[in-house]
Amino acid sequence: MADLQKKATRESYGEALAELGEKYDNLYVFDADLAAATKTGIFKKKFPERHFDCGIAESNMMGVAAGMAATGKIPFASTFAMFAAGRAFEQVRNSIGYPHLNVKIGATHAGISVGEDGATHQCNEDIALMRTIPGMVVINPADDVEAKAAVEAAVKYEGPVYMRFGRLAAPIFNDPATYKFEIGKGITLRDGKDITIVATGLMVYEAIQAAETLAAEGIDAGVINIHTIKPIDEELIAAAAAKTGLLLTVEEHSVIGGLGSAVADVLASKQPAKLVKIGVNDEFGHSGPAVELLKQYGLCAENIVAKAKAALGK
Amino acid sequence: MDETLKKQLEITATKIRLGIIEGVFNAKSGHPGGSLSIADLMTYLYFAKMNVYPDKPDEPQRDRLVLSKGHTAPALYSTLAEKGFFPKEELKSLRHIGALLQGHPCITIPGVDMSSGSLGQGISVACGMALSGKLSNDTYKVYTVLGDGEIEEGQVWEAAMFAAHYKLDNLVAVVDNNGLQIDGKIEDVMSPYPIVEKFEAFGWHAITCDAHDFDSIEAAFDEAEKISGQPVVIVQKSIKGKGVSYMENNVSWHGAAPNKEQYDQAVAELTAHLKELEG
Repeated sequence: MADLQKKATRESYGEALAELGEKYDNLYVFDADLAAATKTGIFKKKFPERHFDCGIAESNMMGVAAGMAATGKIPFASTFAMFAAGRAFEQVRNSIGYPHLNVKIGATHAGISVGEDGATHQCNEDIALMRTIPGMVVINPADDVEAKAAVEAAVKYEGPVYMRFGRLAAPIFNDPATYKFEIGKGITLRDGKDITIVATGLMVYEAIQAAETLAAEGIDAGVINIHTIKPIDEELIAAAAAKTGLLLTVEEHSVIGGLGSAVADVLASKQPAKLVKIGVNDEFGHSGPAVELLKQYGLCAENIVAKAKAALGK
Repeated sequence: MDETLKKQLEITATKIRLGIIEGVFNAKSGHPGGSLSIADLMTYLYFAKMNVYPDKPDEPQRDRLVLSKGHTAPALYSTLAEKGFFPKEELKSLRHIGALLQGHPCITIPGVDMSSGSLGQGISVACGMALSGKLSNDTYKVYTVLGDGEIEEGQVWEAAMFAAHYKLDNLVAVVDNNGLQIDGKIEDVMSPYPIVEKFEAFGWHAITCDAHDFDSIEAAFDEAEKISGQPVVIVQKSIKGKGVSYMENNVSWHGAAPNKEQYDQAVAELTAHLKELEG
């Protein structure tokens, strides 16, 4: 698997928009002076008359998108996760979430893999923030294939959707010929009886690699890809908990309020089991090359292996 | 304005004011001051200006109104009830548990085009609706009503920039300049003045009017009709609490409900005014 092609999911997002723009003539894209970075510029090149720059004014952009949706259009509002979920949180809550409008939020540059820009731009809180909004769908795709499928699913879905994309090129491990995306349905990538690794986004491929390493050491680890954090696939998680009795969540997000917390909620109410969470602990990120940062924060296969073994007492 | 129409609007506005008092009194909370200051504006818009259809509230080509100063929902609700979007009886259960009428506008209420109440957000939504209309060559107009205190919110100016940049000439924003916000006079709390010049500097066509004179209101909207290539703001000079003597220009009525005695007095005053108008 070492020779997998790589692509940043933000790139997949831009390409998906450009493709879907052909099929959906009521699809409009809004950006806040970041079209080159969020990759909505790819859509803009093809459909300049359906791409609107809002300038550096994210709060207004969310409201504008709400107004577009209230009048029958399908607006995508794009900016960095920090500004989409962070700065404009209340606009997303009150102008999009409360009236349950059909706005799609494409948030790029999520997590610490933003890299050199450092803590101000590394959003590790967006999943936590967005999943508290009633009726909001929260999706965190793992690779190019999944990201494109997620964008299409979001267009077909009626209601607000928050999509999280990354800046760093991610290995494309899903097969476009067989891959199927369904909002709210997790994907079992590997069965295992000793421990289940539940991963999302950029961490899914790390989890797959970790499971291979663990297998070589005689530990049978299952891997589940949770691309939709809300609504979460309770059934799949409960079944995994019943089977292995030990879950390990991995996310490029704070351990507070993200995938790990969502899984903990399921375990507490449906199927009690031991849970170990890997994510960004209660601290800010800092500058550095993305891959080195991921390793430093333990967001890598090696740390998943170490934590899994420790949890199993091996 | 035609004298018959003017008389009719004055009668309707008084009924709407009675509905506002009814709602806030029964809710035992709410915002009567700023509701009363926009009662004439709401009357003009819904009874002389906007294309709206109480029997088909979701008609795609209807004109839209986003009440950006959403706390004055009683004015919107009383107007919609008077227009026939829902029974006037609903005003009596405003803010009650399980009631149709929420404390702030909610999109699921017949005739309400957008949920609002968190200040500064409505104007952005109105911009989105206006842009959407232009993109589809729709004929509808979009109106949004802001408080003069509300324009202290930075988002208002983000939206102001956006509307001018995209030449949203199907958008009319009204700033209800009653001069008072919760903590006192707007110029003492955080002056938004000069309002007209600020909007002009942001690329808007600005008009002023007397908020309690239908001739003046009509003249402002007639002028707004003629403007193309830029959004229009109407800054209406109003009296907070207008129509209820003890509430007028008194900031303590921004967000307080009258007690029974005060309610009776307000109803008596407005009813007397109504009788006078109806001759």
